[in-house]
Amino acid sequence: MFTAVQVMRGYRQLGVSARLTIGMSILAALVLVVGLISLTLGPVDIPASHIAWIALSSIGFDVPEFGRTEQLVIDQIRLPRIVVGAAVGMALGVAGATMQGLFRNPMADPGIIGVSAGGALGAVVAIASGLTGLFFLALPVFAFVGAMGAALLVYGIAVVGGHFSMATLLLAGVAVNAFLGAIVSAIIIVLPDNAALREILFWLAGGLDSRSWEHVRTAGPLILGSTVLLLLLARDLNLLMLGDDEARSMGVRVGATRVAMLLAASLATGAAVAVSGTIAFVGLVVPHTLRLMLGPDNRVLIPMSALGGAVFVILADTVARTIIQPAEFRVGILTAFVGAPFFILLLIKNKRQVYSL
Amino acid sequence: MSNNNYSPAVDAQSLSFNVDATRLLDQVDLRAERGQFVGLIGPNGAGKSTLLRAISNVLSYQEGTVSLHGADLKSLPARKVAEILALVPQIAPYTQGFTAFELVLMGRYPHLGRFQVEGPTDDRIARDAMRLTETENFSSRTIETLSGGERQRVFLARAVAQQPQVLLLDEPTSNLDVLHQLKILTLVERLVEDGLTAVAAIHDLNLAARFCDRLVLLAGGRVVTEGSAQEVLTPETIESAFGVKSAIYREPVTGALAVSLIEPADGAPTGVELREDAVPLLDDEPAAATRSEAASAIR
Repeated sequence: MFTAVQVMRGYRQLGVSARLTIGMSILAALVLVVGLISLTLGPVDIPASHIAWIALSSIGFDVPEFGRTEQLVIDQIRLPRIVVGAAVGMALGVAGATMQGLFRNPMADPGIIGVSAGGALGAVVAIASGLTGLFFLALPVFAFVGAMGAALLVYGIAVVGGHFSMATLLLAGVAVNAFLGAIVSAIIIVLPDNAALREILFWLAGGLDSRSWEHVRTAGPLILGSTVLLLLLARDLNLLMLGDDEARSMGVRVGATRVAMLLAASLATGAAVAVSGTIAFVGLVVPHTLRLMLGPDNRVLIPMSALGGAVFVILADTVARTIIQPAEFRVGILTAFVGAPFFILLLIKNKRQVYSL
Repeated sequence: MSNNNYSPAVDAQSLSFNVDATRLLDQVDLRAERGQFVGLIGPNGAGKSTLLRAISNVLSYQEGTVSLHGADLKSLPARKVAEILALVPQIAPYTQGFTAFELVLMGRYPHLGRFQVEGPTDDRIARDAMRLTETENFSSRTIETLSGGERQRVFLARAVAQQPQVLLLDEPTSNLDVLHQLKILTLVERLVEDGLTAVAAIHDLNLAARFCDRLVLLAGGRVVTEGSAQEVLTPETIESAFGVKSAIYREPVTGALAVSLIEPADGAPTGVELREDAVPLLDDEPAAATRSEAASAIR
């Protein structure tokens, strides 16, 4: 018998395409299995056979009877929710892996340049001003605008004066995060409306309840597009991790590549935050865990983080919505609740492998 | 030489590079013929690394031109430059988690298309490079577990795997033990015999004299003198550039020219003096202050 360590060591000896094929097959299968299990669970348990019938009937097969309600629950409630969860997990996983590579720091998370804080401010403004009652997509649109505004502000601070550095970007991110957080707190304190307050707290805890195909259409293309761009730049990110001079001497257009990656990672995160609120820890724990197992090659790590993030979020959301039925927990609470201790365990076990700047 | 299409591997002309008010390179000319091993020598802060970084497109020089095999460096796409030229950095970056083999394999990136990953040929080239640099024993160890000298050899292996026509080395022997100093320079010498052009910044004057075909002595961002070891290494040039009294002799065993460093000479080395016009004038007002600051920084 091989131990897990031996298997992982053997895996790392394989070429990039072999590593990708094996890893992606396993994770893709996992996404499907977790997704299917999640479809069956809920206030109404729907057996897997009914789900198969619903799927078959939707592509024109003659199938045995199944409940009309069951079909509605699957089509309009559970499936879009799972798809949104998968997209959000994918975005956070990919953006986390990218930011960790760009900052050469395993502690970087997708919100590092202010995206999450900006998204939170946008959402809070939308809720506090009552705009969410006026049109359906007000919340995601405001959150997205806030997220991108914050990212651009942080980037702008880092480039002003001409001498751009990742250290300045990091510090500007810390400052803007704190500043936006203060505004959010201020709004929460002065807000007289208790219902709105509750809505804000719910949003801040991150959740996927009542997500619809509309949300998929809003965030999906942005997330997919950014992910594809990041995959195309993964090889350049490997070289950037060696330092700017190294990358430049190996033919990478450092400035343009870095801006493109920062922008794509922020877009993906902003889109995710817009439809799910702030879901903690996914962008940190998923790429970090995978890096310890697979090594730092971003051509493997980024696509694997996409699927790994999807699995993690679907799983967490399934638990969140079934654990205290008929009430619902928030997925963001759960990802942090499970993710943080797991992460700490990982840190302790792999102290020697945790890389520093 | 009669060939009209002939152009040197590296031809830098009146290259200047300033950081703020400090002039790190001042009208430097550097020429390396194809198949030549050129050594850059000079004291700390002479501009050796800066010159190598300018030639390899890592930093953008403000004045002058560099041509690689006859093509203007700034008009070449970065990818194309990386196909022609490889740089071995002075301080091998401390990377995270990549194994030595994975790092050497990165040398193949400039040769791969955007959607291409390394194939068996690239694997073989990388393994050959590791064999030449005697790094194959730690090919599956991660970079951060290697010693400074081992890491330096891994980065040389990566540059070899890049299969460049021009190899730039920044202090390639600085972290190496004497055995590997000899082995690495012998390896470069052999690659040069096979047609590679090498330009290396080397601190050890004796190694430079022994292995390089031509030496360029830099001080204070300028070329002091250049030519064969015999022409460049004289007690006068060494005293003016380094501020050290020396004796030059023929080493009886290897037959190479050798430098015996005796003692620091009195006073500052004359070659390092910044001339007044060496510092570009920014504004009229603060120029005097910045000028003396720059001069003292360089001293």
